Amino acid sequence: MPLSQYILIAVVKIAIALFVLLTACAYVVLAERKLIARMQNRWGPTRVGPFGFLQPLADGLKFILKEDLIPSHVYKPLYIAAPMLSLTLALTAIAVIPIGQSVTIGNANIPLQITDVNIALLIILGLTSVGVYGIALAGWASNSKYSLLGSLRASAQMISYELALGLSLIGVLIGAGSFSLREIVNSQAGWHWNLWYRGQFVAFFVYLMAAFAETNRVPFDLPEAETELVAGYHTEYSAMKFAMFFVAEYANMFTVACLATLLFLGGWDGPVFGPAWLMVVLPVLWFVLKVILFIFVYIWIRGTLPRFRYDQLMAFGWKFLLPLALANILITSLVIGLTA
Amino acid sequence: MRLTALYLFASFSDFQQGRGSVQMPENYVPAFIFIAVALAIPVVTLAIAKAVRPDNPFGTKLMPYECGVDPEGSARGRYTVRFYIVAILFVVFDVETIFLFPWAVQARTLKAFGFIEMMVFLAILIVGYIWIWKKGALEWV
Repeated sequence: MPLSQYILIAVVKIAIALFVLLTACAYVVLAERKLIARMQNRWGPTRVGPFGFLQPLADGLKFILKEDLIPSHVYKPLYIAAPMLSLTLALTAIAVIPIGQSVTIGNANIPLQITDVNIALLIILGLTSVGVYGIALAGWASNSKYSLLGSLRASAQMISYELALGLSLIGVLIGAGSFSLREIVNSQAGWHWNLWYRGQFVAFFVYLMAAFAETNRVPFDLPEAETELVAGYHTEYSAMKFAMFFVAEYANMFTVACLATLLFLGGWDGPVFGPAWLMVVLPVLWFVLKVILFIFVYIWIRGTLPRFRYDQLMAFGWKFLLPLALANILITSLVIGLTA
Repeated sequence: MRLTALYLFASFSDFQQGRGSVQMPENYVPAFIFIAVALAIPVVTLAIAKAVRPDNPFGTKLMPYECGVDPEGSARGRYTVRFYIVAILFVVFDVETIFLFPWAVQARTLKAFGFIEMMVFLAILIVGYIWIWKKGALEWV
């Protein structure tokens, strides 16, 4: 494939991926509001368009048209850079996530992934950990006590749970023997999902808990506990800059949901049948369904559980998830690393 | 210990050059294009918003939010030492995770040798973990 064609295909894929991701973020917000509303016996948004389907568009317009206040005494460069950093890093993680095998158009065989690099998992881990900076800088630059406390909490929480998250992936890596997400999925082909075939259910549990904490979602949403911290690290942000934090949070949710699907639930593995075009579409469909399942669990838990207390949160991460992840590494390396 | 780490990293770079699907640096080109586009999105939206939004700031509006009263004292004051302890512990254990990653992808090749070496490495860390637990560094009050 000539380089120009390669770049052209890459650009088209990036455009599609970003469009789908941003639209999906907007509609997950709507789905969340609707589902939470139904769980609390209300209707949620119903006014904009049928069943409130145009609500995300209205929200987006409002974000653009509202006054964007920059309070006095903020440290302006960092105050403006922080939400941009958050959003950019949250979106970039999608670049290495595969969603299916490949399609053949003309003479070009195009993998359904923006780029397949052999250290994809490390790239995602790196990007999500740099994401802490967006939040930490936002809180510090805002010149508000609520923001500072929220960002301190968020940073401490995210780095604590990052350990458990990283350690929970070791078991999967021992089984797959590769950092490439595509190869990890291929190693699970034929219902040999890591969740049960390599007995990674403990790792899956640790990953799930850590992922909730990493994305600052209920029951780990201490950084933006509105009853005590107003809005946490984005208290002083308005309009488009607030929207960036908002979209970044949902994009991160998608990243961890995709990762959970790829690492533990076999990625696009599932029953495939029918004519050639269906053979291409079905795996993507399975992948999307699994991701949607995760997002639904996120929303469901938000509608179910109350918030942790901060000392409980830290104890849970350091004294429960960390030893559990270490035990899982020990047993997995003993069973798979030595026998297989 | 150092020899093991060297061996692990050597085998890791072998792995990078050899196995796997496509192992060319051109695979990173789309990733960099992606980063450029992802950087452009917030910049462009901010520019569009700047063109169309109203802009009418005045003193009270620009005050830091503190539940409607005038802000008291510095907003960048001192905070509990616990956050520093968490940060220090994080550095120790994150380095541990980084050492585990290259071993994990090679675990099936290294077999008993790698397993025993890694268990020695983990054992040292677990002793440290028990020690910080006993010292109360994990207590949050």
